[in-house]
Amino acid sequence: MEYFIIIISAVFVNNVVLSQFLGICPFLGVSKKVSTAAGMSAAVTFVMALATLVTYLLQKYVLDAFGIGFMQTVAFILVIAALVQMVEIILKKISPSLYQALGIFLPLITTNCVVLGVAIQVVTKEFDFINNVGALNPAMMNLGQSVVFAIANAIGYSLAMVLFAGIREQLDLNNVPKAFRGVPIALITAGIMAMAFMGFSGLV
Amino acid sequence: MVVVLTAICLIASALLAVVYNVTAEPIAKAEVAKVNAAISAVVPEFDNVPSEEVFEIEDGAKVSKVYPAKKGGEIVGYAVEVKSGGFGGPIQIMVGFTPDGIIYNTSIVAASNETPGLGAKILDDNIPIRVQMKNLNPATTPLVVKNDGGSIDAITASTITSRGFLKGVEAAYGVFLKIQAK
Amino acid sequence: MGKLKLITDGIIKNNPTFVLVLGMCPTLGTTTSAINGLGMGVATMFVLILSNMVISAVAKVIPDKVRIPSYIVIIAAFVTILQLLLQAYVPSLYETLGLFIPLIVVNCIVLGRAEAFANKNGVVDSALDGIGVGLGFTIALTVIGAVREILGSGSVFGLKFMEGDGMLAFVLAPGAFLVLGYLMVLFKKLTNKEA
Repeated sequence: MEYFIIIISAVFVNNVVLSQFLGICPFLGVSKKVSTAAGMSAAVTFVMALATLVTYLLQKYVLDAFGIGFMQTVAFILVIAALVQMVEIILKKISPSLYQALGIFLPLITTNCVVLGVAIQVVTKEFDFINNVGALNPAMMNLGQSVVFAIANAIGYSLAMVLFAGIREQLDLNNVPKAFRGVPIALITAGIMAMAFMGFSGLV
Repeated sequence: MVVVLTAICLIASALLAVVYNVTAEPIAKAEVAKVNAAISAVVPEFDNVPSEEVFEIEDGAKVSKVYPAKKGGEIVGYAVEVKSGGFGGPIQIMVGFTPDGIIYNTSIVAASNETPGLGAKILDDNIPIRVQMKNLNPATTPLVVKNDGGSIDAITASTITSRGFLKGVEAAYGVFLKIQAK
Repeated sequence: MGKLKLITDGIIKNNPTFVLVLGMCPTLGTTTSAINGLGMGVATMFVLILSNMVISAVAKVIPDKVRIPSYIVIIAAFVTILQLLLQAYVPSLYETLGLFIPLIVVNCIVLGRAEAFANKNGVVDSALDGIGVGLGFTIALTVIGAVREILGSGSVFGLKFMEGDGMLAFVLAPGAFLVLGYLMVLFKKLTNKEA
């Protein structure tokens, strides 16, 4: 039940792209075709689950343990960058077909703020704040919840990405006023999508 | 090439450690100032330093802080600091009680996850829900919004934040009753 | 190239938000009011100027293979310094900007300028470029913030000019996308007479 709430909340209510504005650059950049959008989404899902797992452990057993919480940003971004490189190398060796599909997206992920954003949220965001009334001590996520949270966010990202790519494919066939062509009409479309997703608020 | 990268990391860490040590004190001071401002907003005039006489009240795993305000050695009020759930995250609330159990005032210490223009209005001291808290006796008036059959005005279109705020005030009242029972 | 041109280029011809479409996450996420937009813009400008200067100074010693990780570490260090300074001296701004401060690290503007400009140019030129692009970003964010605040809350820089609420949708998520989309069209119309 607890996991179910995390998933619904991350996928629909607090969608990373449409309500938290994370990962907007690739959202606008690689969403011209459904197939590339799906490839990017798969790569993000993979890296995000892995990165969250590693950064969670890093925060708990290194940064907190030694009282060097201020190194968080530096440490996390380095871990994510290294991880992306590693995934790329391993993928190339183990599954060339998967590498073919995801390879070109992997280097882009290091600077995709959705990965760093979710990794930081997992270790700083208070979870279950609704049932924690009255207590000052924060209720943080445990390892299982963190990974589920990361995967749920990745699913929310993929959902927004693929839906948006579908709309943009149609949009290309239409006669859009010249000044609106390209990014502006995409942003306005995203705005209408965000409005639709607002309908989910209050669900959890 | 590894040497260069290691050197950069070392220099960066050293620099950060210096800045961290320089800013540690101002950060702690800013925190204390924030809490002190909230305390003086919610209790009658006092002449002690409540943040130095702070004590904790535990209820199972839940811990809340109580700041006693005194004037001439006499208790004039208690500022109770609690957290509650808002719409997007926790809201940190300071609730002041006079010794006879009436709410003197409330103050929001932090509510950074509330939606601007909606739930974030809870930060406004003149919003009806906050004004109604003044001089309210939780023993006689239930802390329930009108939508749920109570008498308190919720913030327009932000019922969840309003409910969370009232739950927090209620929890603070629970803490106050415990102090009284001591 | 004139020194002044380095600055004006960043504001108009290469405006990071309206022309290059970089750094969209903070642009959309923090502009719920003019003052928040301004705060985020200045914070990014701070990191941009300093990282541009340092990277241009050390670019020659860094081997090409570890270029990107080195730049990221330098940028991340400045972001953390900014984070600590804000927390110490402007705690209210620190709380409003929240998650978006550490995310300056992955703001494509900062890394983009390091790659495209700072590693090929001198320290002074890089600093000027940082100022120009930073100003362009700050102006864009402030304008977006102001428009959203006027439509959504009926105030500018916190000064209320009408009673009651505005159209709340503009303060919420959809408004961010819509306002940015329409402002981009306007910017295109104003700078490019053909469109």
